[in-house]
Amino acid sequence: MQSWKYTEDYHMNNFDYFKPKGIEAARELIVSIPNAAFVAGGTNLIDLWKYNLTNPSALIDLNHTGNNITVQEIDSGVRLSAFATNASTAYHPLIENRYPLLAKAILAGASGQIRNMATNGGNLLQRTRCYYFYDPDSPCNKRNPGSGCPAIDGYNRMHAILGTSKHCIAVFPSDMCVALAALDARVNIAGQKSSRCVPFTDFHRLPEDTPELDNTLGHGEIITSIDLPHKGFASNYSYLKIRDRNSYAFALVSVATGLELEGSIIKDARIALGGVAHKPWRIREAEDFLREKQATEKTFESAAAIILSGAQGFKFNKFKIELAKRAIVRNAAMALNPSIQKPGAQPS
Amino acid sequence: MPRIQLNVNKRMYELEISPWVSLLDALRDRLNLTGTKKGCDHGQCGACTILCDGKRILSCMTLAIMKNGAEVVTIEGVSEGQKLHPLQQAFIDHDAFQCGYCTPGQICSAIGMLAEGKAKTREEVKDLMSGNLCRCGANIGIIDAIMEIHGGLSHE
Repeated sequence: MQSWKYTEDYHMNNFDYFKPKGIEAARELIVSIPNAAFVAGGTNLIDLWKYNLTNPSALIDLNHTGNNITVQEIDSGVRLSAFATNASTAYHPLIENRYPLLAKAILAGASGQIRNMATNGGNLLQRTRCYYFYDPDSPCNKRNPGSGCPAIDGYNRMHAILGTSKHCIAVFPSDMCVALAALDARVNIAGQKSSRCVPFTDFHRLPEDTPELDNTLGHGEIITSIDLPHKGFASNYSYLKIRDRNSYAFALVSVATGLELEGSIIKDARIALGGVAHKPWRIREAEDFLREKQATEKTFESAAAIILSGAQGFKFNKFKIELAKRAIVRNAAMALNPSIQKPGAQPS
Repeated sequence: MPRIQLNVNKRMYELEISPWVSLLDALRDRLNLTGTKKGCDHGQCGACTILCDGKRILSCMTLAIMKNGAEVVTIEGVSEGQKLHPLQQAFIDHDAFQCGYCTPGQICSAIGMLAEGKAKTREEVKDLMSGNLCRCGANIGIIDAIMEIHGGLSHE
């Protein structure tokens, strides 16, 4: 039984604005001002605010907090600033050359203009584009906990097939994060008492009983950077994005694949899916299965079956299960020959 | 009220502005630079594209207060006096618009895209221009115009 009650108050859409000079000053502000929000690129937050889905009392601008070196080498690999733009990251020579899977995934997302604005930290924190979440006249457990999920019995073509709960079947829309999950990235977070470092696949969460929580970032915490380990799969990689138009649309299904080969034998493999769950979807069991196997279509079909085991379709998105399996196999073929990849991560 | 400075089309402006005013509304309603268009106001159509510190961005999704001190170029600032920007002339030559509403955003986006220097082929130009929608369907003329300036004229 879905409830249609309204608990949200509509009020003036005004907010204060602060421009702190450092991370600590920004964190002090967010804990001292009730209902304040951080802003960096603003490409998602300003949109949500215009739709009256968020009404912050104050915006705290993180663009002047320092730490703006886009990409730098560190002992364990490469560090991406959380405050650098998606475009400056994707086009950075270190990323283009050593992590082309990440560059391709970033460039498959949004538009040229948005990538010039949106930041890396913000990319991780963007909200779902579920149309019921975006419609303030609809119930939505993510926006208004306890009000119900109209997507489950409604129009759910874009929605999740893996890791859903009876409270939410929204998908996380990022492309960049699919590659970051495949690459074993780590998220560096500054907190009240200490800093912490979270493996990428533990950063976002499944909806379970609390779909209002997209991720594990606590109030007052700030993502400061994202670390990539040395291994970048720069020889055999591919990002494939299946969508309703060739460019500037969210994924129905996307796949990030990285392979390490010795002849035709797979020595290491990474496969992460986007557009299918509340977080980038990665199944280690499938990657273990691929190790020491021949890189053939059959092998990848078996891996795809492992990754999609447990998938559950809804009325309008059952096609995604077969689509995801075929996309995994096709993207493996593309990863074996990365030069055939097309702009916008289209099938080739 | 907060006070900001903006350099728009090589002219300095000082504005008292509320924090929630978008750069688009500041340009149109406060500076009377109405060449930049409000299409969707949600970052989906690209009609509001301007150049900010040399980069193409969406002015509808940008708060003016966050661009204090920035250098902004709008469609009013791309020509040199009466001499059209080469892309403006190319848009005329290739019939790259019908109603013209998306055109300022298309041209500013194309200037930014060409400056980025990442598009080598027509396919890449199309992909990197996908943030600008044209509901009249002048897309082929738009890409033709951009390809002429890009240096590799090719028709579909």
